[in-house]
Amino acid sequence: MTLFRSFTATAAGLALMATLTTAAEAHRMWLYPSATVLSGEDPWVTIDAAISNDLFYFEHHPLRLEGLVVTGPGGAPVDAQNAATGRYRSTFDIQLTEPGTYRVAIASSGLFASYTINGERQRWRGTPERFAAEIPAGADNLQVTELARRVEAFTTRGAPDTGALSAQGSGLELVPVTHPNDLFAGESAQFQLVLEGQPAAGIEVEIVPGGSRYRDQVGDWTVSTDAQGIFTVIWPEAGMYWLEASVNDDNPSFEGATNRRATYVATLEVLPQ
Amino acid sequence: MRLLLPAALTGALTGPALAGELRVEVEIPRLNVAEYHRPYVAVWIEQPDQTAVATLSVWYDVALRNGEGTTWLKDMRQWWRRAGRAMEMPADGISGATRPPGRHATAYEASHPALSALVPGEYRLVVEAAREVGGRELVRIPFQWPPEAGQTLETTGSHELGAVVIHLNP
Repeated sequence: MTLFRSFTATAAGLALMATLTTAAEAHRMWLYPSATVLSGEDPWVTIDAAISNDLFYFEHHPLRLEGLVVTGPGGAPVDAQNAATGRYRSTFDIQLTEPGTYRVAIASSGLFASYTINGERQRWRGTPERFAAEIPAGADNLQVTELARRVEAFTTRGAPDTGALSAQGSGLELVPVTHPNDLFAGESAQFQLVLEGQPAAGIEVEIVPGGSRYRDQVGDWTVSTDAQGIFTVIWPEAGMYWLEASVNDDNPSFEGATNRRATYVATLEVLPQ
Repeated sequence: MRLLLPAALTGALTGPALAGELRVEVEIPRLNVAEYHRPYVAVWIEQPDQTAVATLSVWYDVALRNGEGTTWLKDMRQWWRRAGRAMEMPADGISGATRPPGRHATAYEASHPALSALVPGEYRLVVEAAREVGGRELVRIPFQWPPEAGQTLETTGSHELGAVVIHLNP
């Protein structure tokens, strides 16, 4: 296909996207690991996945596990175990059989279209492959948005490594400069954002500390990426943090799309000194 | 609340020092808490920039089957970050069982690999304790190596550690 490049979409991703583009759009989605720093021969982590208002409380929607990919230290996929989705959260376990860093990601991509036909407004979601066949020939006012979304968390057994952390080259992604499981209060960390594998310059990154239920203010702040897509965060205190960045532009890779929206979300743990 | 052991009980541990050595005493306080577990304790030497240069002791639950005690080594957060996560445990001459409340002394001769590898300069002895269902505490004692004269340096923890003393002998 020449219509698009580096564009992947799966039915699973679309199912997630359906959630993401409706009620959940205004809320925060996250993966929350029970631990990010582990020792011992056979550690496990359990991970909650939810879409919520407060961080990190499951009070709104479960984040569905379609599109879940756990990557082990060697870069190979690792099975999630005991997966379940309840009223407010999804949950699953990971056995850290190998030392090193595991990346947990729920990613999706696809197209969203709206158009009018016979005077009625229609909405459509699907893959680039289905686009030509499913959008009727007489559609007017066709607006097509390319969507990519990635929600991540990281957990490490033993010494942190970066075997699982290389960018996939699709959508908006985080590339570590500072390792995401080596974050400490009072220190600064650097990360790079890449869009379709290229440095994403001038992108705003919102950082929100967890535990908002026990504060009167959200306490969030924003930093921007530099020309190399790099941003710096100074962690004011220990805790779990939620980080989100998104790009809205008119430079989609799918030729039939008019704009694209790519979002990246990560949960990061900062430890006390 | 913690009770220090009477001096008479600890005196036996502070005998005459050998030449050319570092002697470390770590006091584990007796704590009056509902659920008490002996702390995990790591003792290491760092440079002033906090780079760990030698781990001297790691006291943890080595007797648990399947090495389950290593699960909690990460709770000694700074040691884990600076040294532990790059080490294999148990480690010869370093790991040992947890210790009961009291004063525990270990002596390292200048020929000990941890000390003989030190280039002359400023260092800090770091002791970190983490207790299951309890707290974590870390103390540091700056010292010069090699020592030019006999010296005793001391600090005291406030909850998970009691007195930490080093005796340096040229």
